[in-house]
Order: sequence, then structure tokens, then C-alpha cells
Amino acid sequence: MTPGETLVVVLKRDCPTCQLVVPVCAQLAESAALSVYTQDDPAFPEGLPGVLDDGTLEASWRLRVETVPTLLRLEDGREAARAEGWHRGEWETVSGVRGLGPALPPEQPGCGSMSVDPGMAEVLEVRYGDPPMRSRHIEALEPDDPIEICYQRGWSDGLPVVPPTPERVLRMLRGTTRDPHEVIGQVPPDLGQCTVEKVAVNAVLAGCRPEYLPVVLAVVEAALAPAFCMHGLLCTTHFASPVIIVNGPIAKRIGMNSGVNALGQGNRANATIGRALQLLVRNVGGGIPGGIDRATLGTPAKYTLCFAEDESDADWQPLAQARGVPAGRSAVTLVSGGEIVGCFDQRSREAPSLTASLAATLNVAGHPKKVRAHDAVLVLSPEHYRVYQQASWDRARIVEELQRATERDGAELVCGAGGIAEGMPESLIGTRHPKFRDGGLQLVRAGGQAGLMSAIIVGWAATGERGIEPVTQEIGT
Amino acid sequence: MRERFTLLDPTAEREPVKRARRAPPESLDGRTVALLDIGKARGDVFLAQLGVRLAEHGVSVRHYAKPTNTKVAPATLAQSIATECDLVVEALSD
Repeated sequence: MTPGETLVVVLKRDCPTCQLVVPVCAQLAESAALSVYTQDDPAFPEGLPGVLDDGTLEASWRLRVETVPTLLRLEDGREAARAEGWHRGEWETVSGVRGLGPALPPEQPGCGSMSVDPGMAEVLEVRYGDPPMRSRHIEALEPDDPIEICYQRGWSDGLPVVPPTPERVLRMLRGTTRDPHEVIGQVPPDLGQCTVEKVAVNAVLAGCRPEYLPVVLAVVEAALAPAFCMHGLLCTTHFASPVIIVNGPIAKRIGMNSGVNALGQGNRANATIGRALQLLVRNVGGGIPGGIDRATLGTPAKYTLCFAEDESDADWQPLAQARGVPAGRSAVTLVSGGEIVGCFDQRSREAPSLTASLAATLNVAGHPKKVRAHDAVLVLSPEHYRVYQQASWDRARIVEELQRATERDGAELVCGAGGIAEGMPESLIGTRHPKFRDGGLQLVRAGGQAGLMSAIIVGWAATGERGIEPVTQEIGT
Repeated sequence: MRERFTLLDPTAEREPVKRARRAPPESLDGRTVALLDIGKARGDVFLAQLGVRLAEHGVSVRHYAKPTNTKVAPATLAQSIATECDLVVEALSD
């Protein structure tokens, strides 16, 4: 050892290898300037001078210790060499001291440092480092309840949220490779500037896991695309709200549900990804029910409506591929929706019968006499899909046949027909009309294996140039 | 022991500037009124009638329309109204 050189050993009592190297530490203390940090018990190791309590783990974090024991040689305070676990040769090289631990085995692996316990890295970075977040800090003292503070500040949709502590937000940001300060866009109605960091804060509030963040980011990008008309969708008196359909390998990777109860509760990814968008529109955009959000009745979908498509049948073209995303890639598709209309048909075993049955139900979407108004998503259950599979009808064929089967005479649709004042203009008399505009009916497969029923998610009435278009966005990293 | 904790603000942290509402004019004499149809049902009927009544009082009116009620007015439309008129009446809802 030369002047300016010191040795540092980091230990914890709850590590057999650390206990093993205690005599080695005593040897080193005799021949070098030695500091021993102990993580879990300031009384360990007994009988050694200069033991430093690292119960806060600050020294372990600053020294970037991942394994205990770790031996470091510092030169003028800078790391010059490091050995992890016990390996006599390495310890002798790092320390420059020969004949270490003659009674010990030549090597023994160490244990994990407490500074890298799950979740601890972010705690220590927030406490001692320079985390990248720039959001305003809201400080409070216990016993104030952080969940209640979130309510008081208006950050909740009515259900409890996860308090967005800096540690949780930093952990969330680890879920993406994107710069936290990258601007994603302006969120209506207030056109609040939305960065990756703001998406992460709201994803924390919603209860997302970090691995969901790339999906949430794609969802936000799709929602802010001009074609999605998020401002109008938020303002409308109608039921509609964003509906999120996830395709590709990421759905399985993050454990999304495309099966039993796919449109219902119980799956964290489904529930929280949809909720994150709603909370973002509320918090960054200022879209508050009763404020700019003027929904007459609203819909439970305004809490969340997000699910994955069942891609288990290799013959079926998933929605994202039908919309131009290459196979094998992951994507989200946003449509408008909120009302769910069920079609129970337990007797149709032939494709034409099932088509007529579904068409009759599709025709009630929005209003039975409205055509080319509301868009819709038909969610085909496995048992209904099997009928089409046996008939060798693919996605395009099913949509084409459904459109044809929904056609009705204008005379049935106009104002006053059937004794109903609501309806289409008189000019439709003498012509026939399908229910949906071209591209207005999306088809998705989802649901449990048992049940001869499908679901229609009814979209907003303002479509195309004068309203909303479905938007598909590939999911990045 | 009261531990301090920190939450990060999930909002856009905007600090909107409050602007005083402009005082209404004393008179419509010599002024041009924009009648803006935002696309809600029967808004055009209401504005047409209002235009007739204003014209009866010798007030100059100009009619404008948003392409759709679901989207904010294009900047060019707002600029045209600001350039060509002194006041605006919108038919906000059906």
C-alpha cells in the first residue's frame, strides 16, 4: 500500500461469507488503512477497529456495492480495484497483502448487498443521488394519509390511487428507455404539456407496474393523435370514452387478459393501463367530469376499458396486423366506446345465421334507426368465432357479410318511421344502407372458451372527418 | 415521530393567466357581428334568425361555421373573425 491508498470492506452479518472473511479483515487492518462498513448490524464484526455503521446504505450505494463482502482499493478516494465475494487470489491482488485467510477455502460466493434489495436502488437514488424527475414536490407530514392527499388535490377518478412518491415514479421510469423529459404532446382540453415523466407519474397513480409503461406511452401517443379527436371525445354528452385494444407479444409478457372476463375486472394490466390514460387526461389535460367532460350519463368505461386480443389462432389476422402493423410487433389500437351490448346466440351453427343474428344486434348500436353514425367494435367470443372458422370466413369476409346483413331500407330509418320521431333524413327513402360507414366496424377476438355470446362495444356517433378515427400505435421500449 | 413524505405532482403544473373580460360595447352602431355556427343541431336556425333581427336594426353581420362541433375551431377561422368583425355570437348547443 502506498500513501493515499485505502482499503474498504462492505459486510453484513446476515451473510455466511461475510462471517467467513472476518479474520481476513483483521489481517488487512494490521497492514493497511482499512474501513469496514456493516449494513445490518453496527456490532458486526466484533473486535475489529474502525467499523462504520452503514445502516442507511449510503456508503454501499455510493460505492456501487452489489455483493457482500466487497473489497475495494481506493486511490485518493477513487476506486482502483474491487473483489466481490471471497476469492483469496483476488483479495490478495486488490489488497496487495499475501497469505490472506490461510484457514479459509480458496473461494466462496457472497450474498446480495442490501443496497440492491428489490426497490432499494430507487430509494437510495432519491435519497442520495440526482434522480431525473422535475415534477413539483408536494411535501406532507405523517400521519397525513398520502391517499387522502391525492383525493384532496383532485388527482383521483373516485377510486383510491397509488401515491406517486419519487421512488415509485423513478421505478416506473425504469420501465422505458425514453428520456423522462421527452415531450409526448399536449393533452386536451387544457393542452397541458405531457412528458414521459408525467405519463409515469399518472401510471403510478393508476397502479401500473413499470413494465406496462411502454404500453401506456403508446396509448397516450395514440390518444393525442389529431385523428383520435380526444378533445371532442372528452367533451361530448355521449357515453363514449377511449377503448384500448392491445396486440402482439407484449400482451402475454405483461400478463394481459384476453380470455375469461376480458372486458371485466380482475387483471392488473388491463385495469391500470386504461386507467392511466383516464387519469392523465384528468390531471395533465384538466378534463374533469362536470367541467369540460359533459357526459350526460357517462359509462363505467371512463374508469378503464382495456383488453388484449386473443391471438391464439394462427389463422386469425389480429387487429393490429389488419391495420398495418407487421406481425410479431406489439401495438395498441384506440377506438371510442363505452356502451357494451351483448348478443346471446346459442343456436346458430352456420355462419349466415350467426351473421344475421349479430347484424340484428349491431343495428341497435346508438339508436336502431341511425346508420353510418356510431362506429363499433364486435368482440367475437371463441365459441362464436368457431362458427366462422368452420365456414372458413376470415376477418375481411366476416366484416363484409355483417355490413351486408345490416342493410335496411331507408324507409325504415327516416324520422317518423315506426312511430318514432328520431331517425335519418327523408332523402334516404328509396335507398338501402348498412349500419356502419366503411371502416366503422372493427373485429376483435377475446373471451372465455365457454359461451355462445359476443359483445358489441358501441362507439361515438361523431366519426371520420367530423369526429374520431381509430388510431393504431406501435409499442416501443 | 412525524415522518415527512413527498409526492410528485401529476398535473401539468400550469399557472393560467387570468384575464379580465372585455367590457361589452355601448352600442352596435357601425360594428360588425360574427355569427358562428359551431355545428350543433339547429344552431344555424338560431343564428339565421338572430342575423335577421340584427339586420333589422341596421347591424352588419357575417356568418361563419366550424367544420365540425367535435374539434376546436381552426386558427384561420378564429383569425378571420378577429380580422373582419367586432363581436361574436356562438350558438353553443342544441
